[in-house]
Amino acid sequence: MPLHFELVTPARHVRSDDVHMVVVPGTEGEFGVLEGHAPFMSTIRDGAVQIFKTAGASPETIEVRGGFAEVGENGLTILAEHVES
Amino acid sequence: MASLKELKGRIKSVKSTQKITKAKQMVAAAKLRRAQEAAEAARPYAERLNAVMASLAAKVGDSASAPRLLSGTGSDQRHLLVVINTDKGLCGGLNANIVKEALKKARGLISDGKQVEFYLVGKKGRAPIKRSNVADVAEQFDTSDVRDPGFDEAEKIANELLEMFEAGKFDVAHLIYPIFKSALAQEPVTQQLIPVPPPEADAVSTGGDAVVEYEPGEEEILEELLPRYVRTQLFGALLELAASEQGASMTAMDNATRNAGDLIKDLNIEYNRSRQAAITTELIEIIAGAEAL
Repeated sequence: MPLHFELVTPARHVRSDDVHMVVVPGTEGEFGVLEGHAPFMSTIRDGAVQIFKTAGASPETIEVRGGFAEVGENGLTILAEHVES
Repeated sequence: MASLKELKGRIKSVKSTQKITKAKQMVAAAKLRRAQEAAEAARPYAERLNAVMASLAAKVGDSASAPRLLSGTGSDQRHLLVVINTDKGLCGGLNANIVKEALKKARGLISDGKQVEFYLVGKKGRAPIKRSNVADVAEQFDTSDVRDPGFDEAEKIANELLEMFEAGKFDVAHLIYPIFKSALAQEPVTQQLIPVPPPEADAVSTGGDAVVEYEPGEEEILEELLPRYVRTQLFGALLELAASEQGASMTAMDNATRNAGDLIKDLNIEYNRSRQAAITTELIEIIAGAEAL
């Protein structure tokens, strides 16, 4: 089962994808989100979000600033004010 | 009656005016589509943020430790009206309507014995609001040097407002901006910005009923989210303004083009009539001359 991942900025919908795992730079440390993660909400510090398309694949990184991550039953949503891919 | 040459000149000048208004109308139509798309693209972010805010605000609620941005300063004496206008004209009654709404709100607050100040965004609101002498202009933000006010401008405005709030310059801030309904109708609305009104709870959070874990804590997250929420509100207002400006401009320019067309038709008739009159007079003179011989 893939993880549904969305990256949204005020200006546009950057990403909406099914991926294997996403590593998010949380304020209190990085955390990886896989499918079936418990509901979770965290602010994130400025840094790179790593997206693993499949298990073991090399990650794709997207720089985010001023962000916020939410894990719900629909997957992971990252709200970021600025994104540099 | 005006001479033929004068009429010709007027027809020419009206025609060139019509060309300008027509071009402006087409430009506005194209820009309107883009502005609407931008407004559309901003919606998911605002919706998510709203949902999260609603669930968090409900949890933290009215507890004494709630952030000041949510609970307010405890007084509602000094009001700040953030009025968002366009930088350019040629958009019909849009700016006049926004200013009217702002002044109405200001007069209402003053008659309730409150202090009112304005914070103006955009060039076109400055003159009429200053002239009205209803209340002082505390600050103005210039957006005329950027082509399309976007999130960066919203961020700057929001940061300035938050600084003023932190410095205790006002208790309540209202945002006045036009809502784009259609190219024909843009309605100015007033919305409370600071303290942040608790968002509608019916925007159900995506977490469902499950227990959500917060990191660092609910209040810390809320504290960080509130300024972001203010920024998003301002950004939304700027987008609505952009769409409204283009819509109003399109309608106004369409009217102007049509008016110019009518004017040209009338002038043409007048021109032809005086030309015919001149020819007739000339003929009569020739005939009369020939008969006299």
